Amino acid sequence: MSVIEFTIIILIGSYTAGLLGSLTGLGGGVVIIPLLTLLLNVDIHYAIGASLVSVIATSSGSAAAYVKEGFTNLRLGMFLEIATTTGAMCGAILAIYMPTQYIAVLFGVILIFSAVISLRKKEENITHKKSELVEKLRLSGTYPASAGVVSYGVSNVAGGFFMMLFAGVISGLLGIGSGALKVIAMDTIMKVPFKVSTTTSNFMIGVTASASAVVYLQRGYISPGLAMPVVIGVLLGALTGSKILVHTTSSRWLRWVFAIVVTFLAGQMIYNGIRGKI
Amino acid sequence: MDYGQQNVMKKFKDADMPLLIGRVLRAGMVLSISVVFFGGVFYIVRHGHSIADYRKFKGIPEFVQYASGIFHGVLSFKGQAIIQLGILMLIATPILRIIFSAIGFVLEKDYLYFFISLLVLLIIFISTISGHVG
Repeated sequence: MSVIEFTIIILIGSYTAGLLGSLTGLGGGVVIIPLLTLLLNVDIHYAIGASLVSVIATSSGSAAAYVKEGFTNLRLGMFLEIATTTGAMCGAILAIYMPTQYIAVLFGVILIFSAVISLRKKEENITHKKSELVEKLRLSGTYPASAGVVSYGVSNVAGGFFMMLFAGVISGLLGIGSGALKVIAMDTIMKVPFKVSTTTSNFMIGVTASASAVVYLQRGYISPGLAMPVVIGVLLGALTGSKILVHTTSSRWLRWVFAIVVTFLAGQMIYNGIRGKI
Repeated sequence: MDYGQQNVMKKFKDADMPLLIGRVLRAGMVLSISVVFFGGVFYIVRHGHSIADYRKFKGIPEFVQYASGIFHGVLSFKGQAIIQLGILMLIATPILRIIFSAIGFVLEKDYLYFFISLLVLLIIFISTISGHVG
């Protein structure tokens, strides 16, 4: 395939991945990696490198918008970035030594897990208790709502911190934002309100990805000819997605369709991984 | 320190930080993507009819892997080097955001979070070195 054909196909594919990723909240990386490896036979290391670059772009773009609206908890994000960047560094180094088949299988497993998480019914349970550690680290906060300012506390800081360490490793190893894991850490373990957990997680994704991108770059995983259409396509798709989301709320059937597509892709990744074809 | 500067420091509150951070992130993203796009045009014009092959991992050409190579490549308008410069800027954007928040925390006199920001920067720095050596 000539460079020009290849670039156009990837632009279209990445645009779709970015659009779906933004509409469902799963992120573009989870679709772009199977697309590159399964359909276009791209080596998984190049796919991970290109995906990670697109993750930084979309995270920076949307975090810029969210942070101004006052939902993002900057201190909580900053504190947990200690865990995610440490994890990302370890994950990126691990990716160098781990056989590609294992990476593919693990990717499939995380993909299915993310799809399940995106379908889960959400229950908001705001905590108001503040432990000594939360007070010391000033992690509790407020966010604007239609009924006025809502204040919230944070529970189980240690548990959330460890989950973030794991989210970082997965991000560095697989080249995805691992937003699903970050939201689990904040929603389920730390009991932070949804608006705060999704925006703060998004805020942290860019820094986490940068910590592993510096390793990828020096290892030759980030190939400019491939990363260029991926980052442009995913970013434009995500922008379109956020424009649509302003007018309609993310519909339930779309999430189901996406979850089924993602599960199918995950199955393919696992199958090809086990057979050593990736 | 003159009066104006003191005024700026007094005025810098919790509410200003999100605005500053939002601007840094947006500007960094827009700027780096523009550079990537610009490089992409050069790359397609020059190599559009070459064969794209990413099936086997064989690293990347030397001139887009290291800073000095990228710098020379950009000066001679090599498409791939310009794209890689844009990607470097994109990777630097969240790191720049941490530096700005570190400064913001100092202005707020929140030294605990100033050190937390520095710690995150240190981890990324170690990651950079480990990528080089490991």
